[in-house]
Amino acid sequence: MKALCYHGKHDLRYETVPDPKIEHGRDAIIKVTSCAICGSDLHLFDGLIPMTKSGDIFGHETMGEVVEVGPENKKLKAGDRVVVPFTIACGECDQCRRGNFSVCERSNRKKNLGDLVFGHTTAGLFGYSHLTGGYPGGQAEYLRVPFADVAPIKVPDGLSDEQVLFLSDIFPTGWQAAVACDIQPTDTVAIWGCGPVGQFAIRSALLLGAKQVIAIDRVPERLSMAAAAGAITIDFDEEAVLERLKDLTQGKGPEKCIDCVGMEADVHRSIDSMYDGVKQMLKLESDRPHVMREIIYACRPAGTISMAGVYGGLVDKFPLGALMNKGLTLRTGQTHVNRWADDLLQRIERGQIDPSFVITHTVGLDQGPAMYKTFRDKQDACVKVVMKPHAAQQGALQ
Amino acid sequence: MNPYRSDHKPLRRRLPKQAAPGLGWFSIGLGVAELLMPRLVARATGMHGSETLLRLYGMRQIATGIGILSAPDPKPWVWGRVAGDALDLLTLGAHAGPHNPHRMRTCTAMGVVAAVTAADAACAQGLSHRPLELQRDYSDRSGLPRPPEQMRGAALEDFRPPVDMRTPEPLRPYAVH
Repeated sequence: MKALCYHGKHDLRYETVPDPKIEHGRDAIIKVTSCAICGSDLHLFDGLIPMTKSGDIFGHETMGEVVEVGPENKKLKAGDRVVVPFTIACGECDQCRRGNFSVCERSNRKKNLGDLVFGHTTAGLFGYSHLTGGYPGGQAEYLRVPFADVAPIKVPDGLSDEQVLFLSDIFPTGWQAAVACDIQPTDTVAIWGCGPVGQFAIRSALLLGAKQVIAIDRVPERLSMAAAAGAITIDFDEEAVLERLKDLTQGKGPEKCIDCVGMEADVHRSIDSMYDGVKQMLKLESDRPHVMREIIYACRPAGTISMAGVYGGLVDKFPLGALMNKGLTLRTGQTHVNRWADDLLQRIERGQIDPSFVITHTVGLDQGPAMYKTFRDKQDACVKVVMKPHAAQQGALQ
Repeated sequence: MNPYRSDHKPLRRRLPKQAAPGLGWFSIGLGVAELLMPRLVARATGMHGSETLLRLYGMRQIATGIGILSAPDPKPWVWGRVAGDALDLLTLGAHAGPHNPHRMRTCTAMGVVAAVTAADAACAQGLSHRPLELQRDYSDRSGLPRPPEQMRGAALEDFRPPVDMRTPEPLRPYAVH
């Protein structure tokens, strides 16, 4: 089959690899009908996630049609249409039983690495380095889904791929980020980053009743998409973020702040980011936490910070004193997709939201390597790329 | 004009405009010193015998400074300063060889000019900044069936955050009780 394979920093190739096979009775193989490039894939592409090896297949936003199931899998059958959550969950461990699917204790088949780096393993993830299991990802024509009798979300035929694909990650991620803020009707919610996760966080905050939603980015197209959902926008390249946030909140700061940026904050726009950039280059720091620093200063005392952006390792010059003395609550974590999936699927079916609004580019899988660059560089007004693996020879679809 | 922007300029956008006149006056001051006291400047920089060259450079500095202060757009003149700084560094470099008994002074002067060059370049770059323009307007892509104001709180009809994501009641801000 064809897949997008990593061969080093900024070197992603569309190439032929062996077809996946059933390895365990609970597995399923799906024929991928649609997959997407996630913002967190760019961290892999930029060589920032440790334990990413040459030949690894990327991709964790995937859906398709079941073509084969293992003998122990009683949930799925060939022909089912499923969205595959990016976190792999066994459904049986302590954490899964509590609904904490993203920290499943059993699905990371390289648990020792997780234990070593994070103290305790987290869940296995598709196409996201050997730190999270080294599972081949879904930017491919076929995907093996382990524990496929737990996480995959069956979707009805009446909904298009474009409407349901993002149940795999970015919609529940934006939703969980907003839910974790425990939004009250009096709250201002400020959201850093208007990429795909930020767009869903904006809409989730609105649906969850925030009085005012403020969106911070520098890319005009993304700000226009944020404004479409009623957000007040701040262009951090042209506007003073902290001053403007104070103006919009009677000088008090937003009660709830969401980080939808993560470890690769823009390196040229502040002194601390430049400092982080240099340290990152020298391998003295793994992440660039400018956004979290700014959030901690901006957030109203006794407020809540929700961290949806991905961080991978160690940071410094982190304002822990402000975090503690302001009495801020910090909620973090990869998304427990299956906690929200059924509810969000119903919202899509009822028409409360149509997630396809975020798609700006649809291409064949063979265009993937080029689209990684387009997405990373925010060229061609790119916000979200969907790829169709079995339409690869058709080239650009949209 | 991008409609998704306000007039709250951040410091890095305000600073270059505020700093340019200062660079203009600095340029004139240095130029006057080079023009009227070339021997003193030559001694300070370890460039004995280059007094005529220093006078020429002084005239260049004065012209650049006047340009920065008087032109409606100081940007090309600040870039002119950057080019002049490069010329100064090259000239100092030519005098920094082992044959010069005062080469320590020359090296120190090179360090100072390098710092000034960095400031000039940062100012020139700041003045040259152009805001990103909207290529494609996505303001019709709400993904919502009704205008945002009508969708506010729509999910609350049938959704309550799970207990582990709720702020404990005693810690909730007084305003929401």
